[in-house]
Amino acid sequence: MPIQIFFLIVAAITLISAVMVVTVRRMMHAALWLVLSLFGVALIFALLDASFYAVIQLIVYIGAIAILVIFAVMLTRRVMDDDAAQTNKNWWVALIAVLVVFGGIAATALSWTRLQVGPGIPPGDSILVDFGTALINPQKYAIPFEVSSVLLLAAVIGAIYVAVDRKGGKG
Amino acid sequence: MIPLYWYVLFATALFCIGLFGVLTRKNSVAILMGIELMLNAVNVNLLAFWRYLYADPTVEPTRGLAFVAIVFVAASAEAAVGLALIISAYRRRDTVVAEELDLLKG
Amino acid sequence: MAIETLIWLIPLPPLLAFFVIVLFTHRSRALSHWLALIGAGLAWLASMVIFFQAIGIEDLAQHPLSSAINWLPTGQTALQIGVQVDPLTAISLFFVAWTVFMIFIYSVAYHNYGQPAGDHDHPGLPPHGATVETGHGHSHKVPSVEPLYSRFFAFISLFAFGMFTLVVSDNLLTLFIGWEIMGLCSYLLIGFWYAKPSARDAAVKAFLTTRIGDVVMLLGLAALYVITGSLKYSDILSHTEVLMQPSGILGMSWAGIIGLMLFIGTIGKSAQFPLHVWLPDAMEGPTPVSAMIHAATMVSAGIYLGLRFFPLASMGWQTGEPITATMTVMAVIGAFTALFAATIATAQTDIKRVLAYSTISQLGYMVAALGVGAYVAAAFHLVTHAFFKALLFLGSGSVIHGMEHGVLHTGEKIDPQDMTNMGGLRKKMPVTFWTFVIGGLALSGFPLVTAGFWSKDEILSGAFNSGHLVVFITLALAALLTAFYTMRQITLTFLGQPRTRSAEHASENKWVMTLPLVVLSFFAIAAGWVGIPETFPLLGKISGDWFAEFMGEMVNYLRSERLAGAEGFNYIPLITSLVVALGGLYLGWLVYRRFKAGAADPLQQPLGALYRWMKDKYYIDELYQLVFIRPARWISETFSYQWIDRGLIDGILHAVARFGWWLGERLRFWFDLPVINGAGDASADGVQGMGSWMKGMQTGRVQQYMVTAISVLVVLGVIILYIFSA
Repeated sequence: MPIQIFFLIVAAITLISAVMVVTVRRMMHAALWLVLSLFGVALIFALLDASFYAVIQLIVYIGAIAILVIFAVMLTRRVMDDDAAQTNKNWWVALIAVLVVFGGIAATALSWTRLQVGPGIPPGDSILVDFGTALINPQKYAIPFEVSSVLLLAAVIGAIYVAVDRKGGKG
Repeated sequence: MIPLYWYVLFATALFCIGLFGVLTRKNSVAILMGIELMLNAVNVNLLAFWRYLYADPTVEPTRGLAFVAIVFVAASAEAAVGLALIISAYRRRDTVVAEELDLLKG
Repeated sequence: MAIETLIWLIPLPPLLAFFVIVLFTHRSRALSHWLALIGAGLAWLASMVIFFQAIGIEDLAQHPLSSAINWLPTGQTALQIGVQVDPLTAISLFFVAWTVFMIFIYSVAYHNYGQPAGDHDHPGLPPHGATVETGHGHSHKVPSVEPLYSRFFAFISLFAFGMFTLVVSDNLLTLFIGWEIMGLCSYLLIGFWYAKPSARDAAVKAFLTTRIGDVVMLLGLAALYVITGSLKYSDILSHTEVLMQPSGILGMSWAGIIGLMLFIGTIGKSAQFPLHVWLPDAMEGPTPVSAMIHAATMVSAGIYLGLRFFPLASMGWQTGEPITATMTVMAVIGAFTALFAATIATAQTDIKRVLAYSTISQLGYMVAALGVGAYVAAAFHLVTHAFFKALLFLGSGSVIHGMEHGVLHTGEKIDPQDMTNMGGLRKKMPVTFWTFVIGGLALSGFPLVTAGFWSKDEILSGAFNSGHLVVFITLALAALLTAFYTMRQITLTFLGQPRTRSAEHASENKWVMTLPLVVLSFFAIAAGWVGIPETFPLLGKISGDWFAEFMGEMVNYLRSERLAGAEGFNYIPLITSLVVALGGLYLGWLVYRRFKAGAADPLQQPLGALYRWMKDKYYIDELYQLVFIRPARWISETFSYQWIDRGLIDGILHAVARFGWWLGERLRFWFDLPVINGAGDASADGVQGMGSWMKGMQTGRVQQYMVTAISVLVVLGVIILYIFSA
């Protein structure tokens, strides 16, 4: 029982802050709400016995990505124009589409009886070691691991290249 | 006991909220925030299924974790490059409003 | 070569002469006339050879000299053309060859060969004379040479070819070809002086009038071919059973109706009433033309046709029976024409016109003779008439020539052909005078010594003996008038004193012109002696009727009866012909011997209005003009041209054109431009519009693209969900 209540509270916080992210006018507020929603997601990860990822979420998403977003907001802020409406025209079309998508997927999910199951045995303590060895095991996930490192490399190079200011000045 | 479908619904809702943000927000950075929400919803979904299918002997136990790792990496890479692009676009066009970046118009 | 091959060669020399003159020698007068004379001479020679051969053959009518070739293959058989010489052909060859040859010689002098070219002579007009310096400053006019000299000889050569072809042919096709060639030459030669409107009109009149007869004749030919399947004389005339069938037309047999149709051809060609109107006008041509074509040969061709197809016209008739319908028509028309033309001749003042009407009258005699069944008499008169009429015409030409000489000398402006301007020419032109007298006496039927007496008497006997008294009396009256007007002509022209200065200065012509006159006058006398009937008192025993025997074979072979005119002798026709001939001659001299220049004709007062009618040809030409010519002109000018051609046909064309134009405009403006152009433009505009509209969708805003994508996806999902789960 308590676990369900816990889950509901965390889900509510996360969802509400997510709504805030997409609706508030001032970008800085949106970024901070994003941080809160990411934190909620981390709690969900913890609920799912994926403690490793809860921590990774905190470090990577909140610690790096959200900070990056905050930097981007600050870098692209215009002078005192944050009070303008932040949603574009025809937002209601998007709302309807989104609601329908949600309704459809939700209806589908609720109709699957296989999703009514409860959790099975929890992962053991060796899960992390197993995960680590799996990542470098050529029969398992070594290749995606390497490819993703290449991806990161490419992203780094690309980001630097795109963002460098050729005229000199702030970089 | 939390049924699996609670997590699925939660992930779906988070995903749709993020989608709404992508489609609706003017500011490009806000769009990126929506994308992050969507990716997080994906992660939640994946981990929920990993946890609930952990008992299934036909499923390799670390598969879900590996998948989430890749999603993390992709999200990071995409956030970095995206924000770099936005900054570059801001420098060139002096705007981050998505509607005003309409060079494909016509 | 065989004698039959020679027959083919008779028509050829004149034809060759025609072609060579036309193509090569027309610039040289001497070459042209020599070629023509040689052509006519060769034809004469061949004709004489054939003639003397033919008269020696027994049963010539049953076995004529003949030669035929296959000409047109028609399936199994072939259409044959060929030549044949039977008695009719033989005597025709004789008189045609002589008269043609004499006339050719005469023409050399008539057209003043050897004279200088005229002062202002125009090709197409008669020559006017040339001025000649005589050395001491004097000049006088002499007759000038005809400008179109060679053309004349070319035409008369072609004509001779046509006549010879007609005479020697053994089938109707070549006969018709010869007939038509002569018609053409008649047109060309009457209109020889084509710059004279009167000559042009006369040529057209001659051609069209004879055409009327020719059309009916051609229908008769076609009918003959259809019924008997052949055009050869021997084939046709042996099909008596077929031809005796009733034709359903006018109740006559086929023989009768075809005979009538062929006779209508004769009416046209031999100038019988009502188609006689062309012959007097044909005197517009030079006198040799009048002599040859309109006296001796072409008009004789009509009688030749009648003689050739007498068996058709008389089919079913025996001597002593009533004559057939066709023969009745012939007798009536012939007798009427004879009297009718003789009355007109009596009132004419132009020397050639008198002779023209005389020709019509004499041809009427021949037609009437055929009509009453006097076949041999008709043939006999044909021969004698050819000689003395040719002689008379050539004589009149000589008179005119002499008068023209006088006109040129004195410069008087008188008509040299008008007899009232002549007189006393017997002293100035003796040879012409005596030959003309011989011819005139022959025409009048002066007893015993002239050929005309014998032939005319035979016709009168034939009419009398066959019981056709109306014909007999008509012909006798015509004979009286003939003698009268002939003597009138001689008296006015030759006797008495010259009435004008031109007549005083007339002079005799060269021997080239007078020699033919002498030759023909010989025949005018002697030709009759071959036909003296056996039953004639005294003389009959001396010479015998060779002619009747020779010609009689023709119809005796075809029918086994002897014909009228050869039975016992009757004095009444003889006495009648003596009375009318001598009486007419005496009266003619009596009335006209004191004719003075400028006086009115002595007949005018006693006859009054009748005289005017006679002089004006009974106004037949005027009647034809009113009844036929004016309506025909109206039809062609107003009806055909204005109303139908310009109004109706052009109107239809214009209407079609206007309609086409209108239709084109409608199609253009109502269909082509709006629909087709419109469709094209509309599709282009439509595509462009749609493109412009769709362009609006490309806003460049990524969020809108995504919204659209998700909306479409949602919609599709809903549809698929409901379709595939329902």
